[in-house]
Amino acid sequence: MLDRHAYGDQLPFIRKWGCCFMSTVNLSNITKAFGSVTAVKDLDILIKEGEFFTFLGPSGCGKTTTLRMIAGFYFPTKGKVKFNDRDMTSVSPEKRNTGMVFQNYALFPHMTVFENVAFGLKVRKVNKAGIKEKVGEVLKKVRLDQYIDRQVSQLSGGQQQRVALARALVIEPDILLLDEPLSNLDAKLRDEMRAEILRLQREYGITTIYVTHDQVEALTMSDRIAVFNAGQCQQIGTPTEIYNKPVNDFVAKFIGETNLLPVTFKEHINSQSLFHAPDIEQSIFVNHTELNIADYNEDDQLYMSVRPETVRIDEAKISGNNVFTGEVSLVQFTGEAVHTFVKINDQLTIKTTDLNHGPSTYLKEGTEVNVQLPEDQIRVIPEVKG
Amino acid sequence: MLNAEKRKTILLLIPIVLVLAGYVLYPTIATLFESFKKNGIFTLDNYHDFFGSKAPANFEALWNSVYISVLSVFFSALIGIPLAYIFNRYDFPGRQFFSNIAIMPIVLPSLVGVMAFMFLYGEAGLVPNAIKDLFNLSKVPFSVGGISGILVVHAYTMYPYFYMTTSSALNNIDPSLEEAAYNLGSNKFKVFWKVTFPLLTPGLVAAALLVFMVSMASFSAPFLLAGGYRVLSLQIYFSKINGDLEMAATQSVILSAVSISFLLFMRWYQSRKDYRMASKGIGAHRSEVNNPVLKWFMVTIGIVAMIILLLPHVTLLMLSLVPEGSWTWQTYPQAFSFENFRLLFDNPNIWEPVKNSLIMTCIACIGVFFFGIITSYALVKRSFIGKNLLDILVMIPWALPATVVGMNLILAFNKPTPFSFGQVLVGTFWILPLAYFIRFIPLVVRSTTAVLEQMDDSLEEAAQNLGAKWFYTFRRVVIPIIMPGVLSGTLLAFVQAIGEFPTSVLLYTLSNRPISIEIMNQLRMFNMGQAAAYGMIQVGLISIVMFIAYRFFGVKTENTL
Ligand SMILES: Nc1ncnc2c1ncn2[C@@H]1O[C@H](COP(=O)(O)OP(=O)(O)OP(=O)(O)O)[C@@H](O)[C@H]1O
Ligand SMILES: [Mg+2]
Repeated sequence: MLDRHAYGDQLPFIRKWGCCFMSTVNLSNITKAFGSVTAVKDLDILIKEGEFFTFLGPSGCGKTTTLRMIAGFYFPTKGKVKFNDRDMTSVSPEKRNTGMVFQNYALFPHMTVFENVAFGLKVRKVNKAGIKEKVGEVLKKVRLDQYIDRQVSQLSGGQQQRVALARALVIEPDILLLDEPLSNLDAKLRDEMRAEILRLQREYGITTIYVTHDQVEALTMSDRIAVFNAGQCQQIGTPTEIYNKPVNDFVAKFIGETNLLPVTFKEHINSQSLFHAPDIEQSIFVNHTELNIADYNEDDQLYMSVRPETVRIDEAKISGNNVFTGEVSLVQFTGEAVHTFVKINDQLTIKTTDLNHGPSTYLKEGTEVNVQLPEDQIRVIPEVKG
Repeated sequence: MLNAEKRKTILLLIPIVLVLAGYVLYPTIATLFESFKKNGIFTLDNYHDFFGSKAPANFEALWNSVYISVLSVFFSALIGIPLAYIFNRYDFPGRQFFSNIAIMPIVLPSLVGVMAFMFLYGEAGLVPNAIKDLFNLSKVPFSVGGISGILVVHAYTMYPYFYMTTSSALNNIDPSLEEAAYNLGSNKFKVFWKVTFPLLTPGLVAAALLVFMVSMASFSAPFLLAGGYRVLSLQIYFSKINGDLEMAATQSVILSAVSISFLLFMRWYQSRKDYRMASKGIGAHRSEVNNPVLKWFMVTIGIVAMIILLLPHVTLLMLSLVPEGSWTWQTYPQAFSFENFRLLFDNPNIWEPVKNSLIMTCIACIGVFFFGIITSYALVKRSFIGKNLLDILVMIPWALPATVVGMNLILAFNKPTPFSFGQVLVGTFWILPLAYFIRFIPLVVRSTTAVLEQMDDSLEEAAQNLGAKWFYTFRRVVIPIIMPGVLSGTLLAFVQAIGEFPTSVLLYTLSNRPISIEIMNQLRMFNMGQAAAYGMIQVGLISIVMFIAYRFFGVKTENTL
């Protein structure tokens, strides 16, 4: 988690913009059904003050639906939405004081940049001078002050997005809601905007909920992430927790690359557990720690997951446990990294990743190599339920 | 929150439903009822009479209406499609100018247009007589009248439907499709028939159906030109004039049945999956004409078309300068002056119809403006039970021939009703603005709906999210965005209401007679000059409003049809 105090020099600004525009969001036991489709099921999330919280999940898993329930556009079928301790479940959207940035920005096409940003302030009956000052200030923050009188249709995608952000921020919302705001942008602009959003969020210290299906975005930006699948929240945790300690095979597969193979528990030996992997007819040693073995029930189907970058690969013999021999089936060069796929047998090919160290280190396809799955890097996880 | 939304929807729907039920549904039902009544008893006799041997004229009229409509579609297409193709696909000197002229018929109200045609090509018309004198013939070489007259007028006034749909379809075709066909070895002729034409078909079918419906409903042309030739819309008028309301109702029901079945067919056709272009952002591509012979041939076509298209306007202007009594037996008018226009402003009696038309048109336009906004909004952005029904109800006045709308109103409001606050509306001032209002609701609703459908729901949500209440959002976000659509619909309503004739002739009274009625009266008194001057006033008003709309609101006439 990034240290918020590093931004201490911005504190006067925060104070000026209101001490109380931070809020916790508490979703308790929320279910949303559209007719027979259950879009969100039994959701329990507590988002802390000032936190950058991300909803991550594949398309159609219910992220937007959840966000819209927080904004008040949908009404949960079951459960409660609370800001701090206030029950907001049935409060109408215009009274919630959330700032939303829509996926398509939803800028008012008939207004200029200034008018767009001033809209929320006019509604709040701020006087003319106050509006002018605040709009100027926030546009400076998003570095658009020279575009103040432009028609929004004359702005580039990235600029439009910053207008949308400014429009949401200027009303000093309790909660900032962002629905895939970067999905329409090209890769380079995306990178820039990520940094920009993060900078503004840190500066304003505002509770932010961010929706994305891009895992890199989620990992780099968030304080905490909630991983969704099919309307259910699978895991909530910091980026490192989610990546290193996934609770089930869905999370492990969805975030980052991994090698998964089905295993069954055999026995405990000292500080290690022994698992049998039917695909390779061998036993696998795993350290018996909380990091390496997730919670599971007796009757769960188990998998072992090992990230490609933790797998050791060598042409020479490797000593120790969990060493297998295979043949290099494919070498992929991506620039900074080199992926080497090692075929152990017909069922199993293990992917390994190394940083690029020059052509002399690339293995040839067809070479016989040894791979080791380090016992402190493996994680045993149950199969996702439902 | 859910309840608040529902409450808003209901509040919005109450006025819409009241107006539609009272002024669209109830009058339609009143006509239907009347058609099943004979001497106060419920019976099928009227239909028996219609199709039976007792009144063969009716059946003949129905047949004639269909016959004329089919031919009108054919001739309109024959003019509209090639003209659109030439003006949109080839670049030659004056192309832009000619293509602007091509839509000139729409500024000519139908009655005025028919009048101009009568004077141009009729028995005593200027063109046939000029040819006669030029070549020293003993008789006029040709003249239009009766069915040929009706067809010529229809082709002139209705070809723009084909012209415009073809133009917009042509401009939307991705040039690479045709280029792909050339690339695969097709020749020009093959490319047109195998690629371009199939892509145009959906639009052409829609235009054909539209022209068919409009000609079925056409009233002015047969009214002035038919002579002894019977068509159904005119028969309704005669039945009413003869006091046989029951037969008029029956004829209305049958004419409506034909029109509505065509409308339904059109809807079904349009809802089928057609091949819309997947690619976007393509401008028109025009071949430049380099061959000098071909180039001048195209220019000639343009000039000839321009002359033919503008001749009625010019004739009208000329006629309007002929003072009363100065042109009687002579072939050509003898004197010109501004007398007729001077009288318009000096003689209150002559000014009155203009004033009436303006007032009634404005009332109707204000009505459709507001009603159109809330109805389209409810139809597009709100969900409620019975939406489809409401949608159909809104479009009924569009599908119904004008004469039928007039009959509906007569039968509904020739007695006190709750919808008319216990008054008899027939014979009062208010019946005409009401008729215009009802007839032109669909124009505004259609054009507004088109814009609203483009408007993303998230705009309203964004406003709400920023703290705006519903009404504020509606006023500040929704209305400004849909305004072009609302205005272009209202503009079209104005254009049509100023020249409205068929319902006016059924419903007018002496004190609220609009311009069109006065034109008819002046024609009856053989006072061509004054009639034409009135026509010029209509054309002038229409042009001014169109110009203002284009200049200040950016509403283009072409987009309104
Ligand atoms: N208004 C609605 N009516 C019916 N079903 C809906 C509605 N809104 C969403 N759904 C359904 O609910 C599920 C979740 O939708 P949601 O929009 O929340 O997904 P998402 O996670 O935001 O996906 P994406 O990443 O594609 O935006 C989907 O199956 C969707 O079809
Ligand atoms: Mg979504």
